[in-house]
Amino acid sequence: MTPDAEDYSRLTPGLPWLEALQTEGRRRFADLGLPTPRQEAWRFTNLGPLGRLPWRTAPPGSTTLVPESLPSVVPAGGPPSHRLVFVNGTWRPDLSSPGALPEGVVLTGLASALTDHAGLIEAHLGRLAAVDGHALIALNTGFLASGALLALPAGTVLERPVELVMMGAGTDAERPLAWHPRVLVVAGAGSRATLVEHHVSLNRHPGFANLVAELFLAPGAQLRHYKVQRENPESFHLATVTGRLQHDAGYEGFLLTTGGRLSRNEVRLVLDGAGATVTLNGAYLVRGRQHCDTTTLIDHAHPRGTSRQMFKGVLDAEARAVFQGQVLVRPGAQRTDGHQLHRALLLSDQAQIDAKPELEIHADDVKCSHGATVGDLDDDALFYLRARGIDRDCARALLIAAFVNEAIAEITDPTVATAFEALADGWLTPG
Amino acid sequence: MLEITNLHASVGDRPILKGIDLSVQAGQVHAIMGPNGSGKSTLSYILAGREGYTITEGAVTLDGRDLLAQAPEERAASGVFLAFQYPVEIPGVSNATFLKAALNGVRRRRGEKELDAMEFLKLTRVKCRQLGMTDEMLKRAVNVGFSGGEKKRNEVLQMALLDPRLAVLDETDSGLDIDALRIVADGVNALRGPDRAMLVITHYQRLLSYIVPDRVHVLAHGRIQRSGGKELALELEARGYAEFGVDEAA
Ligand SMILES: Nc1ncnc2c1ncn2[C@@H]1O[C@H](COP(=O)(O)OP(=O)(O)O)[C@@H](O)[C@H]1O
Ligand SMILES: [Mg+2]
Repeated sequence: MTPDAEDYSRLTPGLPWLEALQTEGRRRFADLGLPTPRQEAWRFTNLGPLGRLPWRTAPPGSTTLVPESLPSVVPAGGPPSHRLVFVNGTWRPDLSSPGALPEGVVLTGLASALTDHAGLIEAHLGRLAAVDGHALIALNTGFLASGALLALPAGTVLERPVELVMMGAGTDAERPLAWHPRVLVVAGAGSRATLVEHHVSLNRHPGFANLVAELFLAPGAQLRHYKVQRENPESFHLATVTGRLQHDAGYEGFLLTTGGRLSRNEVRLVLDGAGATVTLNGAYLVRGRQHCDTTTLIDHAHPRGTSRQMFKGVLDAEARAVFQGQVLVRPGAQRTDGHQLHRALLLSDQAQIDAKPELEIHADDVKCSHGATVGDLDDDALFYLRARGIDRDCARALLIAAFVNEAIAEITDPTVATAFEALADGWLTPG
Repeated sequence: MLEITNLHASVGDRPILKGIDLSVQAGQVHAIMGPNGSGKSTLSYILAGREGYTITEGAVTLDGRDLLAQAPEERAASGVFLAFQYPVEIPGVSNATFLKAALNGVRRRRGEKELDAMEFLKLTRVKCRQLGMTDEMLKRAVNVGFSGGEKKRNEVLQMALLDPRLAVLDETDSGLDIDALRIVADGVNALRGPDRAMLVITHYQRLLSYIVPDRVHVLAHGRIQRSGGKELALELEARGYAEFGVDEAA
């Protein structure tokens, strides 16, 4: 893959620090190239098929028509969410409805935020997602053209969810589009918010979304961050989420994946203050020849941190999944409590899963555990349901839904839990 | 109504049923008694359509229709109901969801109108109350955390809802104290009727003083060794299965 030099679009010119950062990003990416399976972190995910396509950076100023009803977790007719809409990575103010926000809250497209909030952005952009050594972050930084900024002053509570709707609308399969949005969240001390990301395709053309998120959680800030990716089965979706939690901050994440030809969620969170808590759960449901990679790194750098992870996977046909869960407990991070569970259901003989949990513990007073299982549907349960008159497909769907819903039930926002449960059900009963 | 003729079945290459003949008329209750390992559960699973058994010879019909060719869900709609010896626990699926899917699955196949949520709840509540079950048991996951008695009552509840032609009760008495046994037996007796046949499978005579059978059959070594009236159960209780070449102490 060779990004076309004339083709890329950068953020507002005239900001030397940003130009320097983007130049550095492009230089780093040119050095590093796309990751290959020779690198340990990419052992099970081969980006070869991505590299072979002639990608073109999506031009800004998309005017693609979009359907009237946009995806949302909030029920129609109820109080709306604060919604930003993106098409091919470009912010579409005409489709967005950020709504009324509390005093001091910033929620806007990244490019337009540069006019009014350049200082805030300069202080945060690239600070967690460093370009050195990480090709996808370098690529995102070099070709960064848009994204979202959510800034919450200390003590602010956002009652309704913020929704980022990111839609892909490629124009043709010959010159597929790539976009590199950045999500920047700066949550002040004690602030609270819920952020929901929807990633969908508007047509069957391939797209390549290379996202980077940087999440700054000041002491005591609480962020709920839920994401659903259901792009078309031609698309590539690579997301790198970086986050830093200061003391007593809390992050609750959920990753729901049903889409994409090849997708990866790489989540790297640092518990950078005592008493921080991370809950990171997810579910993926894949079929056909989909490939879904979940890679997490929970870095316990300070005492009394808690992390909980539960991932559930369902694989049918020739789908492949990768789960790499690393929990690092640094020296001095005493009384860390870290748990990780990954369970996968293989519905076909051709489906394949590579799971690699990894605990790396450098402190002595810690409670850490991980569990991983790979299995099939329970034949006894299946027969019991069928013997009661429930037909085979319906019985299977009930059992798979029960398996997945155990993870979805952990979502503490009931509206999101309901919406995600419905999306998982939709995968089970297509059409 | 139920006709089993010369039924032979194996698991792998091990023969378990070796020529069973049994005929049960509508309105009748037949008991099948036999020592552990004689093939009682195997017979009941084969009637319900569980995978893993090879039928090497023989036939089974219900109301003249071949049962063995039907999928388990088709048999349920045709009217076969098996009350499991060990009801299966299904985490994450609520009892209410399960019962509604079962009832509507069967109704759809029988060409009857499906019930909506309100109609379903109304019907189920009445049946629950008759069996001394609480609404709370409908919300819990299927059989998860149920006591032995609750599981068996849940089986009888399913039977009452699905209104089968043929009910097969596999060791419905096992693990029940006397009070639970009475509740379950009352539930079963309430379902006796001229259009329904029942096959009550048990190791002990105890259940048969509550559910009094019309006929008793002794199953041992994969065959029906003897058949008789209800007094045969008492005889077996007194003398054990020794005369059928089974040493229960072993
Ligand atoms: N799935 C199976 N695999 C191997 N052997 C089996 C299987 N099911 C039953 N059997 C054997 O068949 C015989 C009859 O078992 P079963 O029908 O459970 O007896 P019962 O219910 O009368 O106690 C036993 O010897 C048992 O070990
Ligand atoms: Mg048995």
